[in-house]
Parts: sequence; structure tokens; C-alpha cells
Amino acid sequence: MRHFWILLKHELRMLLISPSTYLAGALFLGLMGFMYWAILREMITTPQDELPTVQFFKSFWIPTFFVVPLLTMRSIAGERSLGTLDTLLTTPTSRIAVVLSKFAGAYCFYLLLWLATLGFPLIADSLLRESNDSAILLNSAPLLGSFAFIAVSGVLFIAIGIFTSSLTRSQLVAGMLAFTLLFVVIVGGQQLGSLDQSGVTLPGWIHATVDYLRIFSHLDDFARGVVDTRPFFYYLSSGVLLLGLSTLVIEAKA
Amino acid sequence: MEPNISIRVKNLSRRFGAAWAIRNVSFTVAKGEIVGFLGPNGAGKSTTMRILSGILTAQSGSAWVGGISVAGHPHEVKRRIGYMPENNPLPNDMRVVEYLRFRARLKEVPSRKIRAAVEEAMETCDLARTARRKIIGSLSKGFRQRVGIADALLGDPEVVIMDEPTIGLDPHQIQSIRKLINSLRGRMTVILSSHILPEIERSCDRVVIINRGRVVAAGTHEALREEFAPGNHYRLRFSGKEASLLEALKSKGLAVESIRCKAQTDDLQEMHLLADDSGEVGAEMIAALQGVPGVKLHSLEPQVPNLEAIFLAATKRSWEETIGAKTPAA
Repeated sequence: MRHFWILLKHELRMLLISPSTYLAGALFLGLMGFMYWAILREMITTPQDELPTVQFFKSFWIPTFFVVPLLTMRSIAGERSLGTLDTLLTTPTSRIAVVLSKFAGAYCFYLLLWLATLGFPLIADSLLRESNDSAILLNSAPLLGSFAFIAVSGVLFIAIGIFTSSLTRSQLVAGMLAFTLLFVVIVGGQQLGSLDQSGVTLPGWIHATVDYLRIFSHLDDFARGVVDTRPFFYYLSSGVLLLGLSTLVIEAKA
Repeated sequence: MEPNISIRVKNLSRRFGAAWAIRNVSFTVAKGEIVGFLGPNGAGKSTTMRILSGILTAQSGSAWVGGISVAGHPHEVKRRIGYMPENNPLPNDMRVVEYLRFRARLKEVPSRKIRAAVEEAMETCDLARTARRKIIGSLSKGFRQRVGIADALLGDPEVVIMDEPTIGLDPHQIQSIRKLINSLRGRMTVILSSHILPEIERSCDRVVIINRGRVVAAGTHEALREEFAPGNHYRLRFSGKEASLLEALKSKGLAVESIRCKAQTDDLQEMHLLADDSGEVGAEMIAALQGVPGVKLHSLEPQVPNLEAIFLAATKRSWEETIGAKTPAA
């Protein structure tokens, strides 16, 4: 455990001194700020059924596709190609501590980026103070629910990135693999759900499984304040499984 | 395990796919000894070092460091080893002192001793005044090697393993690294691999020569010389006929054999002679060649076979044995 904290501190420190961190942060906040602005603009012209916060978090997949690979592709693949993974493993550090610290470092930064987006409703509220829209912009229930979804789903997404980074020594290949796997998990699950809705009758257990994999419906539940344990189990168990596999890959590819 | 043995390797084997990287490698290293690991590219040096440092696992065989089994207690062994891998990988965006402190923490140096341990390692490697706050990415190759060695020395490990510590360095840098390694003699057990044979010859107490995954020779320089280049070697420069010279020497009862003879100029020839192992016969040879008609001795120089000759002889013998083993008996 001691090694985990030393490595995590080192990871966060390296993230803080790396210019690419700030570049990724600026790009992410720029894109998300633009999207929030577009949602508010849409609300002015057309009446909407959903709160801006819910609409905003529904677009979580757009930044996920590029931020997660960018954040994680360097973690293990970079260390492996540089050779520093070997030097790390010659110390009494366990492989699990190495994988967990890489995961925790990227996850913290991922959450930090999303936390920064909480500034958008605050800025909008301060600018639109006279319109008395605080209740809409700063409605805490969907905000907390959506954020809980981001935090829980982030475990799986970041674990996917760490796993793909452990598979190869090329950061580019790791990034592409992470993008592909994220696409399969997010869009593939949703497409299976659409198949179910398009009139094809599926047996009960397949229907339940397909429903279980639909990430967007999890977000709907969270945003409505419905906190089900099944998504928690899905994201956390898959995340832990992938991190375990990453440890085994590091062991096998030493 | 004997108390003065620091490393014991017994029948260590490791395969990558179908190819054996090392096979039945066995050797021992005494405490405080500096041992050179020699071998052609792909001989299995790095694989053996990686297994000893706990990065790789062996398919069969055992290795002990300080009496502790590497496979049974890898973490305990890692606490006793300082390892500098091949190519000395370092993070480019950290400062030297920051990196060494980070490594000291990982190596479980007690918090209150970290500062002193890092200072000591930097002082030993002459980094304290010159490169302390420099970013590793901006350092020259020589300084990077020093940082790698300082890292291996952190926490005062029992055993230091260095894979090619002098690769890519200029002669001045090689000399300073050699001095550094010499300063560790007696304090720590050091295993180092190098392609620069004179380097190993000067720094190491003993040599282990490995070829095609097998140990083909191990011992002190003298013992290896006895085994692979026995007898006394001489280089003679003379004018006249080779046959007359050899005849004159043999007539005086000197058991000598010409290894090779080549013409230097039209008149002058250079001959490498091997005398039997009965001791120094230089003076007798000079006396024997006095007044031999048609032969004039210009110089006679005793030759001590260097590690390069031993290395070539040992690897050649192992290749011949391998080929011999593969050829079916007639």
C-alpha cells in the first residue's frame, strides 16, 4: 500500500508538470463549454423536455472517446517503451500497485476535468442572474446524479484505457485500442438496446443482459435520481477485472 | 549456503517461445567480489541478470541472493539488489535529485534517511555539485549513466547488477565509471556485463563467459588464461628463415611452437611463439639465437593473452562443442 501512495503521488506530480495535461484540459473544457453554450442556445429557441444539465451530461461519450485514450495511452505503454517499467519492477513494488497507481492517477485527473465543468452552470447562473433561472441551471439532484454516473462509469472507461496501455509498447496503438474498446462498450451496448426496441423479441435473460449493458439508460436513471446497484456492479466489476488483467499482462510480458 | 557466497545460480533455464535464452546456467559470486559477465550479443547475459533481479522468472533452476531464493521471496531479494538495466532507462522530465528521492522511497529507504542516502549516492557518482538540479533529459550520456549507477547504489544494497554500464561512453567517462566501480570493491557485490573486454579485465576480480545461453568459462583471469591460452607466448621480430630460427631454439632444448609468422617487410618477419608451460624462457631464447647463421633477432617480447583472446577461445570452443554434439557419430 505504501508503494501505491508513493507511485500515485509521483503520477499526479508528473501530470501536473506535463504540458500535455494542460493542453488536454484546455481542449476538454473548451469543447464542453461550447457544448453547454449550444445547449443553452437551443433552449432559448426551442422548448426542451430535459434540464440543460441532463442534456449536457448525455454528451459524456464525446469527450470520453478522446480524453480517456489521451490520458491513459501513455501510462504503461510509455513506461514500457522507455524501459522505466523495468526499473520500477526491480524495486520491491508489486505489479498491482503499479497498475492501481496508474489507474488512480488518470481517474483523479478525469474526475477533476469533469468537476471543472460544474463551473459552466455557475457561470451561466451568474450571467443570467436577472432571469431567475437558478432553479433550472443549478438543480442539484440531476447534477449530483449525473456526476455520480460520470464517477462510476469513469472507473470502467479509465480501466479500459489502462488495460489497452498494458497490452502494447506503442502509445499510438494503445490509444487506438482504447478508442475502439470504448466505442464497442458505449455504442455497441446502446445498439444492442436499440435492437431490442426495434421489434425483435429477445428471450428474457438476453433482454435483461442487453438492458444491463445500455450505458445511456444508466445515465437516465442516475439523472432522475434513481441509484440502482446494478450499474455500480457493472462498472466496478468490469473495471476491477480489466485492472486485474492488466496486472497479469505486465507479469506475462516482463 | 556458505556465508561468504553472495549469489548462487544453479541450473537456471529460461525459454522465449521455442528458443532457449539460457540453459542450465550455474555460477557463484562471493561477497564483495566484482564479477564481469561476458558474452556475444544474444548470449543470455541480460536474461540472467533480469532473472537475478526478479523482473523475469526462470522456467527451471534456482537463484539465491544473500541466501534468499529469488523465486520464493522476490520482494525480499529486490530489497537487497540495486539494478541498472541495459540502456539505462530514465524519465526525461524529472530532476536528478527528485528522481533519486523518488527511487529511494520506492526502495523502502526509511523516510529520515532518504536525504542522506540520496546525498551519499550523488556524492559517490560525482553528481552532487554538477548535476543535482538538472533535468535528466538534458544530461549528457555520461551523466545519465552516473544517475543510473547512483540509483542502483541507493539504499546500500548488498548486490549491484549493472547491464552494460559503460556502453556509448567516451574513454574519459569510461575511466571515471571504472574508478567508481573499483570504489565499490569489498563494500558491495557487483555483477557487470560489458562488451568492452579491457574494461572487464581491469575492473573485475572474476569473469563469467556465457555463450548461446550456457556458461562456457568462469574464473579469475589467471585461471581462464591457464585453461584457454596455456603456455608462454612471445612475439619475435627477426630477419632470416623461420625454419632456421625454430631449429636453433629446439637444438637448445626449448619446446616452442610457431603459432603464426608473417612478413613485416621484405627482410623483417614477425612470429608468435608458444613455449611450454615450464616458466619464463625469454633469456634462454635470446641466448639460443646468438650467432645463428642467417638469423638476426631484432626484438623479443613476452605476450600475456588478454581477455579478448580468452573470450574468443572460450566462445569458439563452445561453438565447436555445440556443432560436434549436433553432428551424428560416424
